[in-house]
Amino acid sequence: MRIRTVAATAAIAAAAAAFSAQAANELKIGFLSTLSGPAASIGIEIRDGFNLALKLAGGKLGGLPTEVVFADDQLNPEVGKQLTERLIRRDRVNLMTGVVFSNVMIAVWPTIEQAKLFYVAPNSTPTSISGKGCSPYFFSASWPNEGHHEAAGHFATSKGYKNAYLMAPNYPAGKDALTGFKRGYKGKIVAEVYTKLNQLDYAAELAQLRAANPDTLYAFLPGGMGINFIKQFVAAGLSKDIQLVVPGFVSDQDVVRAVGEPMLGLFDTSHWAYDLDNEANKVFVAAFEKEHKRIPSLFAEQGYTAALVIDAAVRAAKGKVEDVKAFRSALMNAPARLKTPRGEWKVANNGTPIQDYYVRVVAKDAQGRIVNKKIGTVLNDHVDFWAKECAMK
Amino acid sequence: MSWILFLEQLLNGLQFGLMLFLLAAGLTLVFGIMDMINLAHGSLYMIGAYLMASFAQATGSFWAALPLALAATALVGAALEVSVLRRLYERDHLAQVLATFAIILIANELVRLIWGSQPIMLNAPAGLTGPVELPGGVQYASYRLVIIGVGSAVALLLYVLVTRTRVGMLVRAGASNREMAVAMGVDIRRLFTGVFALGAALCALAGAMLGPILAVQVGMGENILILAFVVIVIGGIGSIRGALVGALLVGLVDTMGRSLLPIAFALIFRPQVASNLGPSVSSILIYVLMAAVLFLRPQGLFPARG
Repeated sequence: MRIRTVAATAAIAAAAAAFSAQAANELKIGFLSTLSGPAASIGIEIRDGFNLALKLAGGKLGGLPTEVVFADDQLNPEVGKQLTERLIRRDRVNLMTGVVFSNVMIAVWPTIEQAKLFYVAPNSTPTSISGKGCSPYFFSASWPNEGHHEAAGHFATSKGYKNAYLMAPNYPAGKDALTGFKRGYKGKIVAEVYTKLNQLDYAAELAQLRAANPDTLYAFLPGGMGINFIKQFVAAGLSKDIQLVVPGFVSDQDVVRAVGEPMLGLFDTSHWAYDLDNEANKVFVAAFEKEHKRIPSLFAEQGYTAALVIDAAVRAAKGKVEDVKAFRSALMNAPARLKTPRGEWKVANNGTPIQDYYVRVVAKDAQGRIVNKKIGTVLNDHVDFWAKECAMK
Repeated sequence: MSWILFLEQLLNGLQFGLMLFLLAAGLTLVFGIMDMINLAHGSLYMIGAYLMASFAQATGSFWAALPLALAATALVGAALEVSVLRRLYERDHLAQVLATFAIILIANELVRLIWGSQPIMLNAPAGLTGPVELPGGVQYASYRLVIIGVGSAVALLLYVLVTRTRVGMLVRAGASNREMAVAMGVDIRRLFTGVFALGAALCALAGAMLGPILAVQVGMGENILILAFVVIVIGGIGSIRGALVGALLVGLVDTMGRSLLPIAFALIFRPQVASNLGPSVSSILIYVLMAAVLFLRPQGLFPARG
């Protein structure tokens, strides 16, 4: 059994190498994402955005008939690894995308890279893959992991907040988040508090926060943790005295729908905003609202943009997705003229986007809906801090 | 740390404990009386919260929605008991764990089908959204005071129900010796359905009361169920009094650990070490407590069976 699989893999690899220059006549994309369990709402937003772009393109990316094979990692790195192998060996996908969480991404990445398959990130872009460990097969259509946090640090400095209180869950991405914030922030850090992952009650932390009385609180608490925290922060009456600042993925439409009014007045940083003024964005937002009867979140935009980037690159490479050189060059260069909802598309040497970061405020729009409104730009053409450690040119 | 802050943290611990008690009370009744491990208890908590959110949106009133959500969840619980769980009483615990785990998965996907995968909104009733000032100048979330009130009232009611009424007598009889109770002519089937419905209603109360401060989302039950199990293992399975004491212990130890340990470590270790150690140690504190209780009193603090 074992020998057979190894032999089969070798055969596939050999076949792939032999026919690498040949253009595929259909595109098969492996979409590994978190689609069930408490954290599924993010994966589903990304999927909905991706599917929308595919639908608007008439079911063809880069002019090739496109099939997307979905697989649910259940936020379990082990399951993610098995499914990745299945997608590569059994389903023989040409390209992969979809992963939401960094712990899954880090676990499945060696398998994808060894299979010499391209991966276009619609979300997680860990520093371990964008810095020293950068790879020609990795390309990000979202943001480098620390981008939003660094932007938030700059924003807090520009607002003149003299002292900041930082809070994040006690796991690698939480520590990266605060590292990113501290790089951008010039004021005094009052305290750096790490909470339990999936913590329910924050009363103890809130009491200490009140006693410390900082100008601003920067909290990276994704998913349900953010909902718990924001509800309790506002109920404790702290929002009157302490300005809450969060990265965009803690406060977008998925959270707004669950929390509502108490979120008004909160600041967040994002690479995109639903009211960003460009043609491609208007098309995206209108189409998404028509299809799903809800305002898209930044996650939906990332899925949508990932599909646009794949579309442009496959077209430029004339379908040769297995020709490493041609497709890499297509991914690096072709999307440059691309019109995405974020505007003009630019890429750094490590495959991460060079983009603006905005600050948004949670407020009501003209129709009385609660949305994240763009109020300013914090970083222009920001390049990933870790790009300089990447040896690729 | 000032006295005021210390007292506030004590209050937080009490509040978190009573929050856990709401969930643990139903779990300990079912576990103790029916000798049934019901992992789907968390699913009933989730269903209660979702029904509460829907009723609150439909009626526009938090307090009008509360009895509706309780009744509806009790019905769901009773239906679940009659259709599925009743067949599991005679099986071993492993079969029960497997079957009720399956119910968790089915319930999660059903909720996703009905309400969608995004978390939904459930906010505190008007007038209880902000803080109030307590004696001593502490600003405290008014809604949390309501949770303390409701939790205490439920504890008292359950105590009266179990120790002072005929139904309570039957429940205690069933918990301490099921065969003897049957032999004495107790209609154990009806009793079990009733207890299970009561447990489900308590779940709904927990879900409804906690919804305004926690995320109402698919899978919300699994997260809190682990804590509820820790509570009933510490308190002694089947005992309401044990559930109350266990819940308060867990609430206080967890809250005080999170607030005091980082300060204590900062006095002993370098800041770098202390900031890593504090959260790690405080997050395992309640499990250390559970292990200690199991070591000293394997039956829990207040075992229901003598």
